Amino acid sequence: MSFQEHEKKHIEENVKRKLTDTELQILAAEWSEHCSYKSSKKHLRMLPTTGPNVIVEKGYDSGVLDVGDGYVVTVHIESHNHPSAVEPFGGAATGVGGVIRDILSAGTRPIALFDGLRFGNIETDLHARWLFKNAVSGIADYGNCLGIPTIGGEVEFDECYKNYALVDVAAVGFGKKSKLIKNHANVDDLVLLIGGSTGRDGVGGSQFASDALEEENRSAVQIPDPFIEKLIIEAILECRDENCINAMKDLGGGGLSCAISETAESLGIGIELDVKNVHLRESDLSPDEIMISESQERMLVISDPINLSKIKQICDKFRIQCSVIGKVKEDKMMHVKNGDETLALLPADFVARGPLIDREKSKPEYLSKLPSSPSSENEMPLSDILLKLLSSPNIASKHWVFRQYDHEVGIRTVIKPGFDGSVLRLDNGKFLSVKIDGNPKHCYIDPRQGAIGCFEEACRNVVCTGATPIGMVDHLQFGNPEDPEIFWTFMESIEGITDFAKFLDIPCVGGKVSFYNETSDGPIKPTPLIGVLGIIEKSPLLPTPPSNNDIILLIGETKDELGGSEYYEYIHNFIGGVAPKVDFSESKKNMKSVLSLISKNLVKSVHDCSKGGLAIGISELCIFGKIGCNIDLPSSLSSEKMLFSESHSRYILVVNKNNLDDIKSILSDDNCSFSEIGIFSGDQIVFESASDPILKLRVDKAENNYLNSLGKIIQNG
Amino acid sequence: MKVGVIVFPGSNCDRDMYHVLTDVFNLNAEFFWHEKNLPQDIDAVVLPGGFSYGDRLRAGVIAAHSPIISDVKKLAEKGIPILGVCNGFQILVESGLLPGVLLKNESLNFMCEWTNLIVNNNTTPFTNKLEINQKIPIPIANGEGRYFVDDESLTQLKKNNQIVFSYENKVNGSISQIAGVCNSDGNVVGMMPHPERAAEKEINQIDHKPSSLIFESLIETVGMKN
Repeated sequence: MSFQEHEKKHIEENVKRKLTDTELQILAAEWSEHCSYKSSKKHLRMLPTTGPNVIVEKGYDSGVLDVGDGYVVTVHIESHNHPSAVEPFGGAATGVGGVIRDILSAGTRPIALFDGLRFGNIETDLHARWLFKNAVSGIADYGNCLGIPTIGGEVEFDECYKNYALVDVAAVGFGKKSKLIKNHANVDDLVLLIGGSTGRDGVGGSQFASDALEEENRSAVQIPDPFIEKLIIEAILECRDENCINAMKDLGGGGLSCAISETAESLGIGIELDVKNVHLRESDLSPDEIMISESQERMLVISDPINLSKIKQICDKFRIQCSVIGKVKEDKMMHVKNGDETLALLPADFVARGPLIDREKSKPEYLSKLPSSPSSENEMPLSDILLKLLSSPNIASKHWVFRQYDHEVGIRTVIKPGFDGSVLRLDNGKFLSVKIDGNPKHCYIDPRQGAIGCFEEACRNVVCTGATPIGMVDHLQFGNPEDPEIFWTFMESIEGITDFAKFLDIPCVGGKVSFYNETSDGPIKPTPLIGVLGIIEKSPLLPTPPSNNDIILLIGETKDELGGSEYYEYIHNFIGGVAPKVDFSESKKNMKSVLSLISKNLVKSVHDCSKGGLAIGISELCIFGKIGCNIDLPSSLSSEKMLFSESHSRYILVVNKNNLDDIKSILSDDNCSFSEIGIFSGDQIVFESASDPILKLRVDKAENNYLNSLGKIIQNG
Repeated sequence: MKVGVIVFPGSNCDRDMYHVLTDVFNLNAEFFWHEKNLPQDIDAVVLPGGFSYGDRLRAGVIAAHSPIISDVKKLAEKGIPILGVCNGFQILVESGLLPGVLLKNESLNFMCEWTNLIVNNNTTPFTNKLEINQKIPIPIANGEGRYFVDDESLTQLKKNNQIVFSYENKVNGSISQIAGVCNSDGNVVGMMPHPERAAEKEINQIDHKPSSLIFESLIETVGMKN
């Protein structure tokens, strides 16, 4: 526990006495980067956060979007990186638990989970493989037990995550607008702690997460108990239905310290609490440990005293504990007592609003040293390259992962994992499409364009299902922000995301910043992750396998943008070149046209063209339909670039011949760049250039590599 | 007529089952918390899937000792149709209402996958509108779904026509690829796959009709006495 000079000064200026030990502990937790966002808060304000569908209430940890007919969707994203790098099963599981309680806090039922997982090279690094396997098990164990389907996500492997893990979890909730918790409190309202007991697990977790990972501090990792979480969800929703809850907050990073100070600050109230009333797992916990323990499955609830017996009755039914730990005061102070003894007495806003920092930034030197192209020409046959790419763990099917997740429970999952965006049906007859995307390889080469690209890719995926994007969440993950070069990459990312969000008019309804993602080997590549939510008013475009004689159209331009591609990095082990750049107006135009074609029922299916480029996008369709294709590549670029460049704003359309003329005329009217590139037929994936075959691969061979590679790596140890 | 849907701490397919019974098949259904009594005039009982008691000790074993199970046993003796799905099946097995045990899947992992069932017995209250050997596309989602009985019991099961469903392909290592069984009277049925996840077109784009017939069989048996 240590404070920086400006923080010590801030304390001296505001508190004219020596702080108690408990106060120091509380401030150290709350002012950690993890809880206070001291490096990023000022800059996050640039993101557009309002829009016609956005509902804002005091003290929400999740974003709320109005989806019409009296219903709302809530969304939040978090990571649990440090804990997962030390203890992947527990770290990943508790990451799921935390984000679910943020959804619950708004008074909505969690209905879906998404996770973005990143590890080192699992082909060669056994530790990375162990982290990956156990993080997946942790997520499965927790989400499955709760009955919340994990319906999407992504998995990526890169050397920069060696001895580390990024575990990002996004959760979506659904509920009636009228039942949202409108956080408020009256003087003498009771402050309750509901759920799991407070123990020594996770003590100091947020400070642990606010430093580089140099030693494995296992006691800072929380222990998951999904059964208790399930009981809490049902109990809290029953309390909500009985109108027993005035305000609510989940206990996450910083434990009680953070929950109490932030609740008091956001509601403009004081809270007096007695640590003696907190139900404990171990009786000898010190008051300071009680205040900063991050034990899981706990909710802070503020209720009117007349509702206490009803709440107790509901908690008794589910056999979960409910302790009255304090009450609401008028004085706006956070007052922590141990019986009659005062341990801490500080203004809540002083605790909750840690002093912010202006970090320096400078363009990283490595960027000017990146080579522009590989030193030697490619000599590998293109068919071999495609076959190898299909088995790259970054491209191969993630079936091994998502079959361990119950993705059907809740019976809302209309488009299942393994396609572009996942789609859930909502109670008002509409559909919600969600996708999360990250791309550290692009972001490393161009942090701004890379971040925009992740955002555009998530939008594209949602658009492929026929959904119009209505909101986004971002999760910005970087190394140590005290390093000006790393801070520069953070600023580039957030500025890029802001520009694109404003251009497309998509509000940012939630997010998180995670710094200090580094080990003794160095920082991770910049890893912003973007989640996009879209709404489908009528019916989604279901994934339909292509069949014989279906025509293939490509919307969007393929550019000379191999930088950060799977082709460069996985095949040629080359980091450099020009990363894909989103052309804003082309992006918007293509989204609009694709949505209009879908709404007119003119296309059979639409597939996003991204990692691995056109060659992979087409191969995935062939594998899905168990059918070959014949593609004639335009010769504006070299074959490698046409096949493997990961240029954005591209969509692969599968269409019936009869609709071709209508589609072409609409796309021409919309001024969209498109070309008819080929047809599905036979049993081979064939690419030609100027009528010369340049790549031939049997679909069954492609399928075998694509479907089984990931599982094989895992089975080998 | 009324169908009781039992809710244990940790049940998580209870609301899905309720939705399908009421919204899709217009049945009159009611939730019963595991500490409540079941009315003796109830027409059918469903034990839904989930993780009762977090699957601690062994899936279904703690819930099998819930107070409501003694009522379920009484109703079973009276011949009332009782269906256990997934964790509900595990509970019925653990409470002795159905033979056999459910072990960890051969893969040792949780498995959520679509598979095909084959109907082996179409005389139960939940299969009477299905045909023998009819295929049912349906999802499984479990970690402990591998059905096992010893050879002697297996012979008995076959002899008494107690194997209700089997998997078309090897899915999880179940003995004789058994996916669902019934008691010797045929009124208590347990199955690992989830018919409530396959009975609507919107979420089952393969073919939702066979799973619908499981619910329509129940309607056929008890009648629409709303």
